[in-house]
Amino acid sequence: MQAMSLRTQARLWYWQRMSATVLALCVFVHLGVILYAVHSGLSAAAILGRTRGNLLFGAFYCVFVISCAIHVPIGLLRVAEEWLRWRGKSAQAVCLVFSAGLALMGLRAVYGVVS
Amino acid sequence: MNTEKLRVRVWRSATRGLVTYDVPRYESQTVLDVVTFIQRQLQPDLAYRFACRVGMCGSCAMNVNGKARWTCRTHVSKVAVNDELEIAPLSNLPVIKDLVTDMSPFFDKWSRAKGQFSGSRTRHEDFARVSPESAPRKAADAGIECIGCGVCYSSCDVVTWRPDYLGPAALNRAWTLVNDERDTQTIERLRAVAGDAGCHSCHTQATCTERCPKHLSPTAGIAGLKRMTMKAAREGDL
Repeated sequence: MQAMSLRTQARLWYWQRMSATVLALCVFVHLGVILYAVHSGLSAAAILGRTRGNLLFGAFYCVFVISCAIHVPIGLLRVAEEWLRWRGKSAQAVCLVFSAGLALMGLRAVYGVVS
Repeated sequence: MNTEKLRVRVWRSATRGLVTYDVPRYESQTVLDVVTFIQRQLQPDLAYRFACRVGMCGSCAMNVNGKARWTCRTHVSKVAVNDELEIAPLSNLPVIKDLVTDMSPFFDKWSRAKGQFSGSRTRHEDFARVSPESAPRKAADAGIECIGCGVCYSSCDVVTWRPDYLGPAALNRAWTLVNDERDTQTIERLRAVAGDAGCHSCHTQATCTERCPKHLSPTAGIAGLKRMTMKAAREGDL
């Protein structure tokens, strides 16, 4: 993460930590949702019947997606640095693009099951 | 006469690799006793480092059966597997010869982390009165007994992955100083230890804490530095 100010690095650490806290809760709830869907033997249509128009469901998964989009690229920067010795602006740009891709695909999926 | 033998493989060099020696077993024998026996009786040119032999100086650390340990306080009976030992120099440091590593990079990082105390009083002034019950003093006390043996540094995967990382010992030293209310360099020190070559690189794997022979917790100190640097960043001091 060359050329990144100390303040930015400290903030990245903070955001990664905060997003990890949110993700821990989200994963727990998400597992509950999966278990409910699987054990109840719900069909795709039945699942969509429950999710469509459910703003609470949509809001929860939006938070989940945004937390991933914050958390993942910061970790990827570390992996790039420590495993590939790849650092600097090019690594940051790729991680940013990856983050944007995660957010776009995730939010699109949420929109798909809620709308 | 003692007939029990210990089979010891000692790292000699990249070309010679591990050389095997048979060493007689004794009661309460330490790993340092074993290395000393080999040098005095079997291999006079074997290089290794020790000084106090009682766990104070921090100079005799080596990798024993794959884990960094202080050899003077490590009993053979606790670490030998099937009466065998493998002894190698510390990891993450350049090797000078045999079991002797160059500790310069290790201590240079203490310096980079501003590991020197910097007070404001002179010898002509009265002693500073620091309450041993204050939270910062307790935090400093918890990390102050480091003997600089390099066991944590040798055990740290992050140091292996990125050699510019300051490492657990230097960061632990910085943590004790930022908790010393007499010290005047807190902000400069936080700037020195922040960032990806400093505390923010720690993955909190805690191998340093697990292996520290003095039972210190550099992991806790590094976590404290992360919180402190975040506070400094929020207040515009970083």
